[in-house]
Amino acid sequence: MSPHAVGFREASARAVLDPALREAIRRVTDNLAVRRVQVTAELPHFDVLRDRAKRIKEHTLANLDRYLEQLEAAVQARGGHVHWARDAEEAAACVVRICREAGARRVAKSKSMVTEEVELNRALREAGIEPVETDLGEFVVQISGDRPSHLIAPIIHKRREDVAELFRRHLGTPADAPVPVLTAAARAHLRQAFLQAEVGITGANFLVAETGTVVVVENEGNARMVTSLPRVHVAVAGIEKVVPRLADLAVFLPLLVRSATGQRLSAYVSLLTGPRRPGERDGPDGFHLVLVDNGRSRMLADPELREALQCIRCSACLNVCPVYERAGGHAYGSVYSGPIGAVLTPALTGGRGLVDLPFASSLCGACRDVCPLRIDIPRMLVVLRARAGRTAAARWERRVARVAAWLLCRPRLYRWASLAARALEPVVRNVPVGPLRRWTRARELPRLSPTPFHRTVPR
Amino acid sequence: MPNRPHRVALFVTCLVDQFAAGVARGTLQVLERVGLRAEVPGGQTCCGQPFLNDGFPDQATRLARRWVEAFEPFDAVVAPSGSCVATVREFYPQLFAGSPWEERARAVAGRTYELSEFLVRVLGVEDVGARFPHRVAFHPSCHLLRSLGAGDCGRTLLLRVRGLELVDLAHPEACCGFGGVFSVKFPEVSEAMLRDKLQDVGATGAEVLVSTDLGCLLHLAGGLSRHGSPLRCLHLAEVLGGS
Ligand code: SF4
Repeated sequence: MSPHAVGFREASARAVLDPALREAIRRVTDNLAVRRVQVTAELPHFDVLRDRAKRIKEHTLANLDRYLEQLEAAVQARGGHVHWARDAEEAAACVVRICREAGARRVAKSKSMVTEEVELNRALREAGIEPVETDLGEFVVQISGDRPSHLIAPIIHKRREDVAELFRRHLGTPADAPVPVLTAAARAHLRQAFLQAEVGITGANFLVAETGTVVVVENEGNARMVTSLPRVHVAVAGIEKVVPRLADLAVFLPLLVRSATGQRLSAYVSLLTGPRRPGERDGPDGFHLVLVDNGRSRMLADPELREALQCIRCSACLNVCPVYERAGGHAYGSVYSGPIGAVLTPALTGGRGLVDLPFASSLCGACRDVCPLRIDIPRMLVVLRARAGRTAAARWERRVARVAAWLLCRPRLYRWASLAARALEPVVRNVPVGPLRRWTRARELPRLSPTPFHRTVPR
Repeated sequence: MPNRPHRVALFVTCLVDQFAAGVARGTLQVLERVGLRAEVPGGQTCCGQPFLNDGFPDQATRLARRWVEAFEPFDAVVAPSGSCVATVREFYPQLFAGSPWEERARAVAGRTYELSEFLVRVLGVEDVGARFPHRVAFHPSCHLLRSLGAGDCGRTLLLRVRGLELVDLAHPEACCGFGGVFSVKFPEVSEAMLRDKLQDVGATGAEVLVSTDLGCLLHLAGGLSRHGSPLRCLHLAEVLGGS
């Protein structure tokens, strides 16, 4: 989660000047949002599933230690190895070690946000191991040296022409190649990666404690290749991904897929349980599960922010967020963008982005409405704002707030101040103070009523 | 009429008090039209919402305590603001969590209503007998729509106003971009949202834009006058309370 050079304010102000970015984002998010509405409406019990899922997540997180131990035992019983990583460095180092032990020079990766979070690719390259992203979007991110800007549509910020140009340079396709030609070129290129890679790395959408199963949901089939062709499969996952029973997938899969892509079922759902067993025809010889904490147990211990650990990364909240749509994912300066990113980034890191991300929302509540887990994102943004309010950066605002509240707690003084404000209004209106100038560029300042209402009420 | 409350209080809200005294008068007039004489408790100022949203819950709690004390004695509290009511209902219980104030806050929050919600859902009134011969677009505030789940109440009331032609926005649920501190910290993103909202309004050919929250209205009106638009912004209470 390396920070970007500029904060949300500068980055978002720049992004709104780019209408092509906005168009590119809107085309995808509108499409996803419309499909989500359609396919969730057709399930009469969708809200029942939501409540069920919420209860399962609450229960699992309340007993996370127990379920993680159960998961570990189940994975080991199936011949897999479990590794615990306290932070990003440990996680990346652990995967590097596994790759070294497997003698890997090349690894094939499927899409995974947690490996972005721990900056696995950088660590691998530094160790002389070449990671190849095999999800089409992530592949584009990789060859353009970019970062994903959306949870499930990593190159939402790129226009088709940008991608065509990249492919021309890297894969030699014609500049005006239509999309099928581009995908075919990527497919041919990536096939080599699958065949050459000694290790395949995936994330996980869910981890089933009772069976030790890693669940990977995808549409391109690349994760299935990544988990079946290379000799070793490494799954990297946050500790919050665990669900107790296999049967819980009947609740979570429809919620995730319908909320994410608006499909009824994704093209591939892989349930991977340990390495290949005797008599099985395919699958890896070795299986490793790397469980990443990296701030999650800190969140778990925080009753006000714990709820964000219920997130299944469906991206529905991004797709309806008016701020995300205009600021773009990169403005959030983190792999996790949008409303849930504004909570996750400071929560996971113990404060990074605290001064601006919690304020990057009008608190319109659209995110909470669509979240399959009904995660109360606005509530947590307000909680984080309170924490920001205690920092040194908020010194001046805090002073103003103290004085204002003191005044508002004294109705008689408030009435006097109301008169004074009217006397001062003509002067104040013409003094362009810093932050107000940016506000008034597009909006006229409101005018006070000639007489405040309370003066007209007989006492 | 179901559950007709006996003593009704008007919560003016600080923005209305300072910037739109006519909205408070309009609210009293609408309530009078449906046979209720609302009291205006002295000593009320602000519910604390701006402090809460800016990151100063201690100050918000101080104001919230005063608010609970001021409005506790009433059977119903009515405010011409979805977001202030949402603050009382959603955030007061959290601010007071674990303290003896929590129960008191929950109790009074349970009988605190936004104006259109109060008329339609509590009193069961849809026609308040108002007349307003204009083309009107209605923007339900995000808090009315999502926190209170009462976005339809304003529409219901407007549809029964004599002479009023209601035109629909393409995206009524889209936020206008105000969000208080949000629009101050990130005026550019807020402005981009405002622009789209105003475009949507402009496309309807409405003469008047009506909403239920003063924050949104001041923001929208500020945007309109910056662009020299002849469109007027009015609070729902001004339409319903006018003759
Ligand atoms: S917060 Fe909710 S809507 Fe947003 S990504 Fe997570 S699960 Fe999906």
